[in-house]
Amino acid sequence: MSDAAIASSSGGFGTGARAVWDVVLPVVVVVAVIIGAWYVACVPMNIKEALTQAERAGAVVEPAGAKERRDMSAVGLALANSAYARDTLNQERPRLPAPHQVGQELWNTTGGMVLNGKAFSKRSLIYHGWVTLSATVLGFAIGTVAGVGLAIGIVHSRVMNMAVMPWAIASQTIPILAIAPMIIVVLNSIGVTGLLPKALISAYLSFFPVAVGMVKGLRSPDNMQLDLLSTYSASQSETFWKLRLPSSMPYFFTSMKIGMAASLVGAIVGELPTGAVRGLGARLLAGSYYGQTVQIWAALFAAAILAAVLVGVIGLLQRMTLKKMGMVH
Amino acid sequence: MDFEWLLGGFASLLAISYVNLQVANGGGRDQAITRLFVPVFFGIGLLILWEALVQGLGVPGVILPAPSAIWDRFTASTNILWVDFVQTFVKGALSGYVMGAIAAFAVALLVDRSDFLRRGLLPVGNFMAALPIIGIAPILVMWFGFDWQSKAAVVVVMVFFPILVNTVEGLRATERMQRDLMKTYAASYWQTLFKLRVPAATPFVFNGLKIATTLALIGAIVAEFFGSPIKGMGFRISTEVGRLALDMVWAEILVAAIAGSAFYGLVALIERRVTFWHPSQRRGR
Repeated sequence: MSDAAIASSSGGFGTGARAVWDVVLPVVVVVAVIIGAWYVACVPMNIKEALTQAERAGAVVEPAGAKERRDMSAVGLALANSAYARDTLNQERPRLPAPHQVGQELWNTTGGMVLNGKAFSKRSLIYHGWVTLSATVLGFAIGTVAGVGLAIGIVHSRVMNMAVMPWAIASQTIPILAIAPMIIVVLNSIGVTGLLPKALISAYLSFFPVAVGMVKGLRSPDNMQLDLLSTYSASQSETFWKLRLPSSMPYFFTSMKIGMAASLVGAIVGELPTGAVRGLGARLLAGSYYGQTVQIWAALFAAAILAAVLVGVIGLLQRMTLKKMGMVH
Repeated sequence: MDFEWLLGGFASLLAISYVNLQVANGGGRDQAITRLFVPVFFGIGLLILWEALVQGLGVPGVILPAPSAIWDRFTASTNILWVDFVQTFVKGALSGYVMGAIAAFAVALLVDRSDFLRRGLLPVGNFMAALPIIGIAPILVMWFGFDWQSKAAVVVVMVFFPILVNTVEGLRATERMQRDLMKTYAASYWQTLFKLRVPAATPFVFNGLKIATTLALIGAIVAEFFGSPIKGMGFRISTEVGRLALDMVWAEILVAAIAGSAFYGLVALIERRVTFWHPSQRRGR
């Protein structure tokens, strides 16, 4: 606090930069430590394979023979053969690919393909990411509209509240994702294919968080505010548009973030049972079939980036909307 | 098409809705029995409608089996379901859940000691909690083999971040006044931790633990889609879908639903016992 006060006396810019630095520096350090630990972990994870290859190429390793090394501890092997540590970071099919390998693969399948003019080839992550993204967004839209609709019904109808709300809450404790393969196969068998089956899973997953969050939000005005509107003799729809809906906005955006993350998981899992054709989930499954670990990790990071962007966009909308409504400053 | 079934189904749903409407707006509407009766009755109504639609429209069992068929399958194959339950829930989900919770709690205590670490790890943890972590399942199956160990590993990673973030948040929940009081008692770090801050954190911790119950079951089931021994709920679901034996799939889903709700209920019950003092646990509202 006192630091900030001193800094502010020396100029407004210093305070801002310092505050940003206070937020960013710890995160940067933590991420750097994680990446460092990742590199270190690569050595014992991949050392056996690296030594086998080095021995085949004619190098002398300690101890000789893959059989002797099989039951040794990986850390001990890594220490005894520290000369081959470099090899563990550049294997074709490592057990744990090094960060730069994943980054390279990510670039090769996204930016690199754009530069070659093959942005939407079947080997590009942009193509697979787009397949997953479209299912996610379509499902999210369906789920959000349905969730908000159900929440409005629950808030305005006593019997719906008593009958449906407990099921909406209980359904959150059920691993709905488990039925994803079944929905895909069943919808395929009755002729519904492509985007819609995956989107339905996404919709189902994002539906309940949005519904439960919106019920909370639409109920967030306190009695005093509701009483005020009833002294104005406001109708139920006026109360809804002028009080309930505006005050539900913070809840709306928070539950949309949860719903969006759930949607993406739904779309990825929905891609597994279709036999690994297209989409990020299909890349994961294909990678695990053929032992292409670098491909798995690249797909995983693509999914993570997608999730971060989607949730980030909602966060941005949240800030803009709430600022416009005067709810945050 | 069998109109008697359809008519009967819609008639009973209408009758149930009417009764529910009367009960929900009637005199005893705030009593506990009403609160239990209305949702249960509504659920029964939906089941009757489901049965009626399947029977009346002659929906083939490979698309949507009737509730009665699912129940028959459930009761007829309890031994298979039990084996799957033990493999996936007890060995995979439960052991991973316990390990993940302990690890998250330990890391939270560590992180809490350093303000720098907390400011660095909390955003990263929040970020990780929003990611599709389920995607690491194929990697962990590759590392830990096909048996339950890899499923437990997936569960550990999935439950770790929600519990970590909530616990760290909870450890900050004490007020300055309370911490000052402990200081005037000359309480050590550990005394303050166990007598004040951990108890104050329990509502947050249980929030994380409750979110993690569902994640644990999902993680264990989905990880089995990437490879498993010939038992387990996820294995059964994926193979029976392939054989179009959907009644068996629904029976597994029934098991998953019961296990998931019971697990959640158990954690919620423990929460009620442990955090009886918290305002959210007050009865009569």
